[in-house]
Amino acid sequence: MSAAIDSHRDTHATEGTGRPTRFRVFRYKQGDRAPHFDEFSVEVAEETTVLDALISIRNRQDPTLILRHSCYHASCGTCGLRVNDQEVMACVTKVADLKSAVVKVEPIANQTLVADLVTDMVDFYARFNAIGRSLIQNSDWLPEAGRPPGVETYRRFENCIECGLCLSACPIVASDPRYLGPAALAAAWRAIEEPRGLDPEAVLQLTDDAQGSWRCHAAFECSEACPANVDPAGKIMLVRRRLAADHLRSIFGGRHS
Amino acid sequence: MSDQTADRSRVERPDEGASRRRRGVIGWADPRGRRLGGWAFILNRLTGLGILLYLFMHLVVLSLLARGPSAWDGFVSIALSPVFLSFDIVLIFGLLLHGLNGIRVTLVGFGLVVDRQKAIFVALMVVGALALIVAALRIIEVG
Repeated sequence: MSAAIDSHRDTHATEGTGRPTRFRVFRYKQGDRAPHFDEFSVEVAEETTVLDALISIRNRQDPTLILRHSCYHASCGTCGLRVNDQEVMACVTKVADLKSAVVKVEPIANQTLVADLVTDMVDFYARFNAIGRSLIQNSDWLPEAGRPPGVETYRRFENCIECGLCLSACPIVASDPRYLGPAALAAAWRAIEEPRGLDPEAVLQLTDDAQGSWRCHAAFECSEACPANVDPAGKIMLVRRRLAADHLRSIFGGRHS
Repeated sequence: MSDQTADRSRVERPDEGASRRRRGVIGWADPRGRRLGGWAFILNRLTGLGILLYLFMHLVVLSLLARGPSAWDGFVSIALSPVFLSFDIVLIFGLLLHGLNGIRVTLVGFGLVVDRQKAIFVALMVVGALALIVAALRIIEVG
């Protein structure tokens, strides 16, 4: 099924009818001493996405190119890449919109490579576990589970599609691997805001240290990169506001909220 | 709530050589592809380091006072040279950028006006640019 879909998508990068565009594609296989870039030329039409072009490269030029994708509409979060130095979902990024003679394609940064454009997402998911917010809550899926007043439906991390682009764009994650990072802190804020059985004070405490919410340096690159409008930086600042208010209350003898 | 214990050992995995693609300090300073907030972050770091360097240079200069009037007067004559005065303009640029962006970072860092952070940065930088022009004109007058 996947091969059939890929074949269909490949028609968006059609030989003989499009504009030739050069792609510099990051390559790495397990055991390589260092990564390198390979160059490919793909004829792209107005609607061709970066993912279409990569699939075309794999189908027509180099079957060893390894990439990951699934839904084709920025919902599954699997085709996040760095394209021309910016984090994007390849499936909804049109090559024509890049207005670039050479398109540089790399895997997302700050994570462990599997091969070529694929990274291991274990680091990313581990951050959610580290704040006690497991990736999928049972209450999201059990039909008999009740809903708190005012909550019409459960969503997984609300809008987060777990693509890892925020972790790739964050300059602090680049140098501090122990920083919890934008996605997990945004999830922490959701747990504080709407605990769903978690202890919000315990989650808040987990964000209150040098590798938690205070490690953010307000570059807002995570919010810029986020394809699902989670606004992780904004959520981190909400966590901080709550922590600052609690600390001020404790300094002046008041109770924590 | 034992399942909510912070377990940072699960965040970082052992280094795996070439397959580890952490950008390191380059990730701070690389301006390619960065947006306004990213530029604010980079400039804040660079000006912060510059101001730190200036602080040490300032202390060295002040130590000249302990060596008597001739040492100090000699430095003052150098300090009034056009080249030195142009460094003063660079210093004021750094102080204004770092200090004014610091206002933004402080406000945003406490969860205030977060959704206006870009507009605040632009507004503060306009104020900074005007202040820099005034300061530069005054310095040039002295020169």
